[in-house]
Amino acid sequence: MTRQSHAESRHRSSYDQPDFGTAAGPDPNYNFAYLDEQTKRMIRRAILKAVAIPGYQVPFASREMPMPYGWGTGGVQVTASIIGPQDVLKVIDQGADDTTNAVSIRQFFQRTTAVKTTERTEAASIIQTRHRIPEKALSEKQILVYQVPIPEPLRFLEPRESETRKMHALGEYGLMHVKLYEDIATHGHIATTYAYPVKVNGHYISDPSPTPKFDNPKMNRMPALQLFGAGREKRIYAIPPYTAVESLDFEDHPFEVQRWEQSCELCGAKNSFLDEVVTDDRGGRMFVCSDTDFCNRRLEAAQ
Amino acid sequence: MNQATENEARGAMTAKEATAIIQVRNLHKAFTLHTQGGIKLNVLSSMNLSVASGDCVALTGPSGAGKSTVLRCLYGNYLPQSGEILIRHKGRNVNLVGGEPRDILAVRRETLGYVSQFLRVIPRVSALDLVSEPLRALGVSSNTARDRAAALLTRLRIPERHWSLAPATFSGGEQQRINIARTMVVDYPALLLDEPTASLDAGNRRTVIDLILDARGRGAAIVGIFHDEEVRDAVCNLRHPVKIPELMSPGSEDTMEPGEIQGVAL
Amino acid sequence: MSRPDQLQPSGQTSGAEQPLLRVTGLAKSYDGFSACRNVSFDLWPGEILAVVGESGSGKTTLLKCISAQLANDAGRIEYLMRDGVLRDVQELSEAERRFLMRTDWGFVHQNPREGLRMSVSAGANIAERMIAVGARNFGRIRATATDWMDRVELDPQRVDHQPRTFSGGMQQRLQIARNLVTHPRLMFMDEPTGGLDVSVQARLLDLLRGLVAGMQLSVVLVTHDLAVARLLSHRIMVMQGGEVVETGLTDQVLDDPQHPYSQMLVSSILPA
Repeated sequence: MTRQSHAESRHRSSYDQPDFGTAAGPDPNYNFAYLDEQTKRMIRRAILKAVAIPGYQVPFASREMPMPYGWGTGGVQVTASIIGPQDVLKVIDQGADDTTNAVSIRQFFQRTTAVKTTERTEAASIIQTRHRIPEKALSEKQILVYQVPIPEPLRFLEPRESETRKMHALGEYGLMHVKLYEDIATHGHIATTYAYPVKVNGHYISDPSPTPKFDNPKMNRMPALQLFGAGREKRIYAIPPYTAVESLDFEDHPFEVQRWEQSCELCGAKNSFLDEVVTDDRGGRMFVCSDTDFCNRRLEAAQ
Repeated sequence: MNQATENEARGAMTAKEATAIIQVRNLHKAFTLHTQGGIKLNVLSSMNLSVASGDCVALTGPSGAGKSTVLRCLYGNYLPQSGEILIRHKGRNVNLVGGEPRDILAVRRETLGYVSQFLRVIPRVSALDLVSEPLRALGVSSNTARDRAAALLTRLRIPERHWSLAPATFSGGEQQRINIARTMVVDYPALLLDEPTASLDAGNRRTVIDLILDARGRGAAIVGIFHDEEVRDAVCNLRHPVKIPELMSPGSEDTMEPGEIQGVAL
Repeated sequence: MSRPDQLQPSGQTSGAEQPLLRVTGLAKSYDGFSACRNVSFDLWPGEILAVVGESGSGKTTLLKCISAQLANDAGRIEYLMRDGVLRDVQELSEAERRFLMRTDWGFVHQNPREGLRMSVSAGANIAERMIAVGARNFGRIRATATDWMDRVELDPQRVDHQPRTFSGGMQQRLQIARNLVTHPRLMFMDEPTGGLDVSVQARLLDLLRGLVAGMQLSVVLVTHDLAVARLLSHRIMVMQGGEVVETGLTDQVLDDPQHPYSQMLVSSILPA
């Protein structure tokens, strides 16, 4: 597609579609938000435990959802347990509100809860996300729900669950730095660019989910509540508001975020996470903000 | 011996004990060969010996009498059945019989040297390293240790091109000289020598005699086995005869010839 | 041994020299089968103790029990911590025990693959313990790792290579470096030269001799090879059927064995 048509399609999505809500109410064939009330209580208990122990992975009895594992079932169950009729929901996938997954999850909640949905970050009370944190800073009144594939940051180095549990319990996290050492030894720098391990509240090491390391600093002392759900692995963890979150590094190889030489071709932003979009089959490409709402807001403001 | 001479001997011994570096009291050593039906060999019986600073005692007696056994007991290498072996170590007497391994090792490291008949060769360790090791174990710097080892190897006519080689391929005589160098590199107050000149030519024999006399001169107490009478007469001022042991198989009154028993280096 | 009136409540004996490791009355059974029983010994700083015996003697079970890898059924294992207090290893918290095993203790497995992390480079293997005790400077960590590789006669240029590209002897040396980097005071070794070619064995033994002496290590070394025991150890314990039948100075037990089993063992060595 051409540069212009790409810009038009993104521009169109926020202007032409009003905020959703089903005036007729939620689908009466399902319980509110699909899950039965006992399940919601069970998940809320897990969430409370998770909030009480920042960064600690709480096991929960993950349910069968009407989408397969790997499609955000953990995030959906967390959202389903906390959502109420007055909430306003935003769902994004890789920063965009209009990808297939974001759309289908949003429609799932519209059908089962009839809550208002929005693409505007600042208008949402719950934001469910896959692989990105919105560029716009969140407030105390908001909850960010992450979709997590593998919650255990140590898994790739230590396959035994019994051993990783012990490592968390005893705070034995040397292996994490061994992985970073290996990165530097192999690539000359820490090569991990997403799912970059963080230390939460000075205690547990957590996986921030496959968000780019660019987003890690946003997690530190975020005013919003951050909840993480892994459906297949059956774990929930949380970072309460204003909690310290630091990214691991070495003294002589400090943590650094990604930077681009380019700025967004649509809105001109210099400091947002950029996606590289292929525009034609001759190698043409353009860099645009991954966060579609952020980009559209800037375009609005410019006009 | 009769009572009078026994008392005299005991009295003389007490006087000597004041300056004795090595003392053996009432030592019994027997071997029970379980792998050969439990034959018991009584090798040493009520042995007494006192060696003062500057003395060199030659153990004499026929082959198979147990002379090497005496030396090995004195080094803590063989285990006596009863008695005492006192070595004057850092101002006090340490009894090797029933001693803790680390104490015996401390005595060996600082006070008691032993030249055995065979050089135990460690693969890959050069002659120079082998000879300087006992000094390094005492905390002497590597360089000083190496210099002293080199001086001794030169004195014992080991060619310099051999110093960096492991002694496994050396001739018997050369291995013997490495053995001697390894012990004489430290100024031990007590020395045990088992046939130190066995495979040596006249020149090297003379050198070893000088080394032993030097040791006596600085006050070392020495016990040795010297087959060569010339060497024995040159270095020793005392003799201690060791008798042929009585050999008995269990439940029988027959005595056996030493040659009938295998596997025990007496 | 200290006098009762000198014992303080914490178990520390005042003034008197203390052993680094004290094992008292150790016993371990499997389903009623007694693998080892009634084992007691003291190990002093700088001492190398060889535990020898044939298959089934209980020597490996003993090693695993005293190195806190296997729970024993009876007996006490006491270790002199760096602060000079003799503590019962089984009364340490799990965190303390795991920390001890990662810093002050080392374990060399017969199969180096059991003692290495095969998924990371040689350098990372050596770095792991350093990192575990808080090292956070990549440059310094790597420099120490290459230094250690040199000390165990591995080519420092191979610091980023994967352990599976190393030969068995090299992997064993890497395992040793990985353990020694935190300057442990006590090492446990289970047939460290088993399975290696003879010339490789000789080289490894020589290396161990030098390292152990240079670093004032105490070692409990399990081996069926009396030549290894003779070369490396100061003291030796002979085990048969789960019990210690003879113990003493190594050269004394090997040259003048008293117990019938020890005599049989020594006489079974094929002459070179």
